[in-house]
Amino acid sequence: MALTVQITKRLPEFELEVSLMAASEPVAILGPSGAGKSMLLGCIAGIVRPDRGRISLGERALFDTEQHIQVPARERRVGVLFQGDSLFPHRTVAENIAFGLHGLPAEERARRMATWVERTHLRGLEHRRPRELSGGEQQRTALARALATEPEALLLDEPLSALDTHLRGQVEAQLQETFAAFGRPALLVTHNIEEAYRLGHQLLVLSRGRVAAFGPKEQIFRRPPTRAAAQLTGCKNLSQARMVADGQIEAADWSCKLGIAPESQSAAGRTPAFVGIRAHHLEFAGVDFDEASAVSSGSAARNIFPSWPVRVSETPFRVTLFLRLHEAPADGAPHHLQAEVYKEKWRKFRDRPLPWRVRLAPEALFLMPE
Amino acid sequence: MDWSPLWISLATSITATIITLAAGLAAAAWREGRKGPAMALVDGIFLLPLVLPPTVVGFFLLLLFGRNGPLGKLFLRLGATIVFSWPATVIAAAVVSFPLMYLTARAALEQVEPRLLQAARTLGATERRVFREVALPLAWPGILAGTILAFARSLGEFGATLMLAGNIPGRTATIPIAIYFAVEANDVRTAVAWCAIDACVSLALLAALYYWTRTQRSLRARWARR
Repeated sequence: MALTVQITKRLPEFELEVSLMAASEPVAILGPSGAGKSMLLGCIAGIVRPDRGRISLGERALFDTEQHIQVPARERRVGVLFQGDSLFPHRTVAENIAFGLHGLPAEERARRMATWVERTHLRGLEHRRPRELSGGEQQRTALARALATEPEALLLDEPLSALDTHLRGQVEAQLQETFAAFGRPALLVTHNIEEAYRLGHQLLVLSRGRVAAFGPKEQIFRRPPTRAAAQLTGCKNLSQARMVADGQIEAADWSCKLGIAPESQSAAGRTPAFVGIRAHHLEFAGVDFDEASAVSSGSAARNIFPSWPVRVSETPFRVTLFLRLHEAPADGAPHHLQAEVYKEKWRKFRDRPLPWRVRLAPEALFLMPE
Repeated sequence: MDWSPLWISLATSITATIITLAAGLAAAAWREGRKGPAMALVDGIFLLPLVLPPTVVGFFLLLLFGRNGPLGKLFLRLGATIVFSWPATVIAAAVVSFPLMYLTARAALEQVEPRLLQAARTLGATERRVFREVALPLAWPGILAGTILAFARSLGEFGATLMLAGNIPGRTATIPIAIYFAVEANDVRTAVAWCAIDACVSLALLAALYYWTRTQRSLRARWARR
């Protein structure tokens, strides 16, 4: 069974225009708040009406402007985990879970209830009201309530964002377990990069209503196809770029020419507009590479530059270095690149004389047409 | 002393409140989610009995239910005369208290978190079930407060009742009407007695309303997210 979506909807700030396909593996939808993520889920669930397009689930058309099909939410068989609290406050955990089982024979209801109470680890809490539950228990109840109806697709809107950090891991494990057993289309909306990566197999990056990237997550993180996708997947180093020769580009914002790997050149097409490199991919002479051997291995793709730290910012285990290339920075000069290194590594070169030699490995660089 | 005005008042108010509750809820549920200029007109008509002087409302009802009125003719064909009968007191009280019920029911329904209604729909519930099992229970405290207000308004109804039901002792003479005619007949003792009884009933009602809103508030607080 597959969920295919191709819709447009005019929103106050921009137009939501999304095409996606989800089959048996969960798709994480990543985007900043206000990118249209929740609106997209609302369209699929049947809560919001798109302006145009088509939504189908397996053989069934849920929405189709051309054929004038608009299946109401109650007949879509799409389970939804809403952002924030959506449990019925006047009903117990058991009554909440049973709400969607209306019309089934009593035995079947009891069986499903027991199954889902067990699977979501809610045993002993059946007679509590939502207000008597922790945030994690509430979210698991909402999940059980959605899944007990045996929906043909599952939509999750920021399922972890309202939870305290220590509860997040617990619910995330529950979601991973759920996805593994679900085997039907599931969409998970989040603005947290790591959550998207851990829970999704496919990744859809949404930026101001448009799909900035859609595909296997590893590919998107390795080689973001657009500048928006690079930024939203956490890439800190982006520069305008222009081809100057075969295998060589000029990065305007970093004031340098860079050799690039053949596969990134072909991925970007003929006219790349931007080049990027992830902060943890920058290499430092003496710890990551040996300059003498790098030079002898081929001069075309050396991409080694002198760099000076403008600013250093520490987190418990890592250090972010804001680097300026080519010349010692004057006061207030902006940085060119951000490098992220583990503290163990940083200790090895922080006392070396400036400038540090930094390398932008051609295989770590990626080009984007827009 | 003739106690009939008390029983008539209570019977009229209780019956009128039941009618108002059903009609007000139905109107509020129907109005939910409807928009447009036509709805402003509908709201205006529903609220008219609240803003018009009760005598005007009574006069309209008299035109409607009188011998030559459209509804009066209909009832006459069924062999019933509404004007100057006990049902007239109920009609007058129900019409006058309807706007209060309608307003509070709408406010209470609008306060129900839309996400809960949407959740119910995605779980396969029909609109009828969404209303009965989610919207109504959650709006219930507010609706009950509206019911008490409507009952109080029915109990105090005078102008429209006098126009439509008149003053027939033992049949249409409610407490307010009994007071008016006692004063007119210079029977101060009876007037004072009925005033005292009316004040007692009203105070009891207000106390009920007060305690109700308090429990409602604490319920809401307990239901709310921590």
